[in-house]
Amino acid sequence: MEVLYASCVGVLVACGIYLILRARTFPVVLGLTMLSYAVNLFLFSSGRLTINKAAVLGTGSEYADPLPQALVLTAIVIGFAMTAFVVILAIRGRADLGNDHVDGHLVKSSKEQK
Amino acid sequence: MIQHLASLPILIPMLAGVILLMPPCGKNLHIRRVSSVILSIVTLLVSAYLLFHVNSTAPLVYAIGDWSAPFGIVLVADRLATLLVLLTSFLGAVVVLYSCAGDDKKGSFFHPLVHFLVLGVNGAFLTGDVFNLFVFFEVLLIASYSLLMHAGNKQSTRAALQYVILNLIGSSVFLIALGVLYGVLGTLNIADLAQKVPQLTGDDVYLAKIGGLLLIVVFALKGALLPLHLWLPNTYASAMPLVAALFAIMTKVGVYAMLRVYTVIFGDNAGELAHMAQPWLWGLALATIVMGGIGVLASQDFRKLIANLVVVSVGTLVALVAIQNISATAALLYYLVHSTIICAALFLIADLIAQQRGKVADRLVAGRAVAQPYLLGTCFVVAALAVVGMPPLSGFVGKVWILKSTLDSEKAMLFWPIYLVSSLALLVAVSRAGTSLFWDHTHKDSEAIEGTKAHPVKVIAVVALLACSPLMVVFAGPISDYMLATSEQLFDINTSINAVLQGGQ
Repeated sequence: MEVLYASCVGVLVACGIYLILRARTFPVVLGLTMLSYAVNLFLFSSGRLTINKAAVLGTGSEYADPLPQALVLTAIVIGFAMTAFVVILAIRGRADLGNDHVDGHLVKSSKEQK
Repeated sequence: MIQHLASLPILIPMLAGVILLMPPCGKNLHIRRVSSVILSIVTLLVSAYLLFHVNSTAPLVYAIGDWSAPFGIVLVADRLATLLVLLTSFLGAVVVLYSCAGDDKKGSFFHPLVHFLVLGVNGAFLTGDVFNLFVFFEVLLIASYSLLMHAGNKQSTRAALQYVILNLIGSSVFLIALGVLYGVLGTLNIADLAQKVPQLTGDDVYLAKIGGLLLIVVFALKGALLPLHLWLPNTYASAMPLVAALFAIMTKVGVYAMLRVYTVIFGDNAGELAHMAQPWLWGLALATIVMGGIGVLASQDFRKLIANLVVVSVGTLVALVAIQNISATAALLYYLVHSTIICAALFLIADLIAQQRGKVADRLVAGRAVAQPYLLGTCFVVAALAVVGMPPLSGFVGKVWILKSTLDSEKAMLFWPIYLVSSLALLVAVSRAGTSLFWDHTHKDSEAIEGTKAHPVKVIAVVALLACSPLMVVFAGPISDYMLATSEQLFDINTSINAVLQGGQ
């Protein structure tokens, strides 16, 4: 299970970083989303990977560490809000700059050149 | 009531933000301005009271929801945190006042966003938990994203997009670092981390080291340290000058986090990991001073020049973090307060100058004369003398103290030349900027534009900031005593650990 879990996180991070390094906003947003998924999985695993441990007190003899779950919930909420913001900003950037390049250099479209 | 005092600098701005969105304030501009100013002054007064209370008694430890220390989140109001909270609240109040002269009308929700930003910064200073630090970072970042877009044009959309993407990546790295630290140490409370780091053995030491060094990346991004500082000049120069003035405190949040983490958690007592970040911070800080100095010389407009001054000040501060002794940290605190206030004042002065110069705005080229040369000239000279570090203003005291505190360490060999040469570069660049802003007129535009006199409220706000500089010289004795006591308290790690882990009830 550890190997599967670790490679999942690794593949997600690798894809995320590859996409972030693209020059256009849409792949970058996708990359940021993937990176935040990877981070959430990683945070979750910091409480150790276990099976069949109770999450609620009084329902079993062994308990899972509740703190990483709380951290992941917080991280998911914040990551969601930030992704929503960057999507809106990317759309605004597309409208304002006339293209979807991250560094936003105004590449003159064929219309403007005429 | 007194035991809840530590939470008030966070709660009041939060309430202020909500109140300012509600109907009577949300609809009517006049009511909104009055209530915003009143609420920011309340925050300022509470922060000042908190500082005096903590100064006269022991640090306040406030367990949120009464969950005691290693399990719940605590707020720790010690001398360092309250000093910076007071600085933030003061800057917030001045910015709110300045905005009432008309800048708040240029976009929506200016006042609530300023209060939310103050909430985030105050929270980051007060919290005693690393994950909570992350949460407050995000609070201040999302407020800063929106403020950056306030009254924005195409340039600021581009700068904001880059700033947001960089900070989102930074947040991911922060979470990975926290995950590593929690996985190894089983806690995220700063005092508890400091207690557990020396007990690590075997491979765990290296994992904790990875976690701790990943945090440098995050704090360097927030604080604009060398390889990660490239976002700063563009972002600050494209934001509204008023917003840039408020942002002057945000790089200091990164410096504060470095100071806290690498002094308390990975400091003297950390066993194998003691001072592990120092070589990195030292080298990067010196390189940042050099790059900032070059940036100042190369700047084409005044706001970019100020943004590069911020980079130089961050480099100086981080170099002092890396030296890590009591007198260097005390000098750091003095310089931090001084540089934050003066950089904010410079951004506001740049705004006033740009409005009176018509089309050329704040570009450093020949242009129209300003309408109020004496007023703006005096403000500029005071701010320039202070920021360059010439006598008799606070920059000079700060500079002498910094040089004196680094004299004993062998690091002075490297630090003194770099710091002094960069000061010379600053002097040259700032005087050249002043010459072209005030004296370099084109012939046909030598007449000042009529009716562009600065609004009196704006002048009051600028003078309030500038007055701090001579005051910091006049009261240099008591202030430096306070900074030394603050620094001693920061380095007295065992006492603060005990206070947090036992006094949190």
